Amino acid sequence: MSGGMKTIEIEVLRYIPEDEEQPYHQTFVVPYTDDMSVLQGLQHIKDEIDGTLSYRWSCRMAICGSCGMMINGVPKLACSTFLRDYPGKVRVEALNHFPIERDLVIEMDDFVDKLERIKPYIIEKAPKPLSEGEHLQTPAQVEAYEQFSACINCLLCYAACPQYGLNPKFLGPAATALLHRYNMDSRDQGSAERMPHAHDEDGVFNCTAVGYCSEVCPKKVDPANAVNINKSESAKDYFLRFIAPRGAPKGAAE
Amino acid sequence: MSAKGTGMRRPYRRPMDGWWRKNPYFVEYMIHEATALFVALYALILLAGVVCLAQGRAAWDGWVGWITSPLSILLHVVILIAFAYHAWSWFHIMPRTLPPMHAGGKRVAGATITRAGLVAAVASSALVLLIAWGVAR
Repeated sequence: MSGGMKTIEIEVLRYIPEDEEQPYHQTFVVPYTDDMSVLQGLQHIKDEIDGTLSYRWSCRMAICGSCGMMINGVPKLACSTFLRDYPGKVRVEALNHFPIERDLVIEMDDFVDKLERIKPYIIEKAPKPLSEGEHLQTPAQVEAYEQFSACINCLLCYAACPQYGLNPKFLGPAATALLHRYNMDSRDQGSAERMPHAHDEDGVFNCTAVGYCSEVCPKKVDPANAVNINKSESAKDYFLRFIAPRGAPKGAAE
Repeated sequence: MSAKGTGMRRPYRRPMDGWWRKNPYFVEYMIHEATALFVALYALILLAGVVCLAQGRAAWDGWVGWITSPLSILLHVVILIAFAYHAWSWFHIMPRTLPPMHAGGKRVAGATITRAGLVAAVASSALVLLIAWGVAR
């Protein structure tokens, strides 16, 4: 590294469960260039200063969703956030609202359970035989779900959702966005299996329309929209039972 | 996941105390939510007027006397500011709460929905003001 290289202080929230009772802050001075991401700053720390630093990463190009963390208090992907935008100092912490496993690594079992619960795959009542050809969709049918399919499960939206922080049982933004993504797909007939999770005590009505989840999404998904559309869907489902009793053909609702 | 809760694993859960003060976005959200209390307060003021009207002339005159006092006018100015902020922030979040709408084969932009809502709020307020003015003259 050249003598004229700029340096930045990277303050990291460390947590080493076998040594410390509580997380603590540790500051590292890291040389950097304008093209270096926060992730590259962390890699410098791990490679050159302190090999015990733990964090998740993989693709380095904002598609794997592994390197979500709080950067100066804002949930961001470390790979697509640049050190040059934080002159002098930057604070890096594990994603808010999740238990810290170690340093910047969070425990994400809760989300994986929720993801499994909403059945994030196409459910066909009667699978179409191959001989009948492919499933065709109009541009309008694709548009109905396309943006929600961009979710990379990075969990920034959960770190942005105070309601999830206050009640971790809340289904939350990404799981609801994916529930909506499959419900809106014209090839899918699985709504009835997913909607009980939206109607649930810990379902969509935990959302108070803070809207920060959609602001922080690195893939321009609008999870707040998915959650709020499903509030209407859930209310409609509740009141329609008085007009169309359960067991009546549901196709008319589409 | 069989190691959960055993061995070295000891996941640390951070407290949520003061969560809304830690991010300007949440502060703004709390201000938005708090201004809803002024909306409720104004509904109560109007309701008190209706109750006084039902109780007869003396009660009604008493309410009118209070409503025209300097303290009440000051309170109304504060409520108006709170209402304006509540309306602005409410229409700001509205595009996120509505199902997608289409016009001319294209999805209506969020900013258009916000603008339409604000225009509707200003227009209906002006209409109510005009009617009230007409009645009072």
